[in-house]
Amino acid sequence: MIATLDETQELRKQGSGNGGAVIASLRRASKNYGEVQALRRVDFTIRAGELVALLGPNGAGKTTAVKLFLGLAKPTTGTVSVFGGNPIHAEVRTRIGAMLQVAKVPETLRVREHIDLFSSYYPRPLPIDEILRLAGLQEIKDREFGELSGGQRQRVLFALALCGDPDILFLDEPTVGLDVESRRVLWEEIRRLVARGKTVLLTTHYLEEADALADRVVVINRGEIIAEGTPAEIKASTAGRRIRCVTSLDIETVRGLPGVIEVRRDRAGLEIRAGSAEPILRELLIRDAALSNVEVTSAGLEEAFLALTGTNNDAT
Amino acid sequence: MATAPITLVDNSWVRPLSQTLTIYFKEAKYEFLTRLRLRAYSISTITFPLMFYVLFGLVLNQKDAPVGGVGIATYLIPSYGTFGVMGASLFGTASGLAAERGLGWLQVKRASPMPPFAYFMAKVALGMTFSCVVATLLLLLGVTFGGVHLSVLGATKLVAILVAGSLPFCAMGLAIGYFVGPNSAVATINLIYLPLSFCSGLWVPIMFLPKFMQQIAHFLPPYHLAQLALSVVGAGQHESNWIHWEALIGFSLICLGVARLGFHRDEGKTYG
Repeated sequence: MIATLDETQELRKQGSGNGGAVIASLRRASKNYGEVQALRRVDFTIRAGELVALLGPNGAGKTTAVKLFLGLAKPTTGTVSVFGGNPIHAEVRTRIGAMLQVAKVPETLRVREHIDLFSSYYPRPLPIDEILRLAGLQEIKDREFGELSGGQRQRVLFALALCGDPDILFLDEPTVGLDVESRRVLWEEIRRLVARGKTVLLTTHYLEEADALADRVVVINRGEIIAEGTPAEIKASTAGRRIRCVTSLDIETVRGLPGVIEVRRDRAGLEIRAGSAEPILRELLIRDAALSNVEVTSAGLEEAFLALTGTNNDAT
Repeated sequence: MATAPITLVDNSWVRPLSQTLTIYFKEAKYEFLTRLRLRAYSISTITFPLMFYVLFGLVLNQKDAPVGGVGIATYLIPSYGTFGVMGASLFGTASGLAAERGLGWLQVKRASPMPPFAYFMAKVALGMTFSCVVATLLLLLGVTFGGVHLSVLGATKLVAILVAGSLPFCAMGLAIGYFVGPNSAVATINLIYLPLSFCSGLWVPIMFLPKFMQQIAHFLPPYHLAQLALSVVGAGQHESNWIHWEALIGFSLICLGVARLGFHRDEGKTYG
């Protein structure tokens, strides 16, 4: 399984890059709900063949952005365009697939019945056997939805998103609440979609998910886009190394070392954040002969994200 | 990988009629399957009116005490028939709609190219079908055990009026469904449905209610449907049928307007 995903990642990197045409966009789009500004003059484009992750904390505006793309809400100002049309019109939606967060799905319908019904909405749906295969549902096609586990339910919703053979899919927090195994399975299915040439917009607040899947990450907070780039670029944009160690030096001394941004106690040791690791390490090694369990990592996407949204929250 | 040239939408697409009919058919088919498998709807919609009829129309029947000029077993068929039709229509539409709206399922469907009308028609079809079943079963009970005499024409007319009368209450159900939350839907429907039925003279025949209540009844839609149905058996209050039809049609239009308001309001509900 790991091999397959590496291969598909390679294929995509060779192929699409930034070359695909823009197939969906929000231009200076705002959405207000009463006094709440869910989105503020957002510019956002999606290119053919890419997997874009829209990453942000809860309440950032991710679901609102998806609703605009699906025609479920109209922008207060600005425009939304998918395949050159307004998604309010049913025709545009024949080429879109959506996986939304839903609290309750009719439980007494069987898996294949749900798929049969949704397939009928589209002009050229995939054959049902292929849908079942793509979403890994062949074994459970005759089970009622209410009998399914969480991971199986999400795969049914995924099947409904792809049953119409859409060119672009919008997945709103598709792995929320899933266990690790189910999450990996769904990731693999999403990657296969993109490898077949589909375009995907994925919203998530799981940084690991954005890092694992996306060609491009767009970070959103409080209705505004605050950063955009490949996962590597986002990580590089925030300075930072993280040093973990066990030391006999007290925490205040360490905090006072030049270049240290922050020190935290981490169980038996310390976690030090600094712009650059080497000067700190030199000082620690000189001052503490008993220094042990040293680990140096680059700030992950989590740090980048917290830094970006933290400064964003402080600034407003 | 090579991506095919992007085709844009052409704004003149119309779904072929056969596909549209298929959608309407499947939407209704799966609505029926969903509700029938749940059993709560089908059982309560049919049992309550039949139970009341058996109790008050057959068992406690005093055959020589006519009501409105006919035997009680005859009178109660249009009367409980209206009650049953109202329940079948309200619960067939409002509770499903409130739940699917409030819990996000309707949104998933609206994100697809499903024509919204198919969704509503499926629920109305459910309400009307069960209205027909309730009305027919009541009639069968009455004819078989209650000594009710009705010509074939009369029976057909009665059932047809009741089924047609299910439409205003389906509209009412859609209006209610757009303005109640999923958890309070059933309770709210009952809070409206039961007093409305009583005050329209569906349980205690209208002529036995106090005068002021009889006058209020003229403003209540179930009263009008009941009167239309009762006139088939000759037990109505002998008012002009046009008044009743106009009241029901007007009521339907108001309810559809309210439902439409709810439909358009729904986009502005949640954010995040």
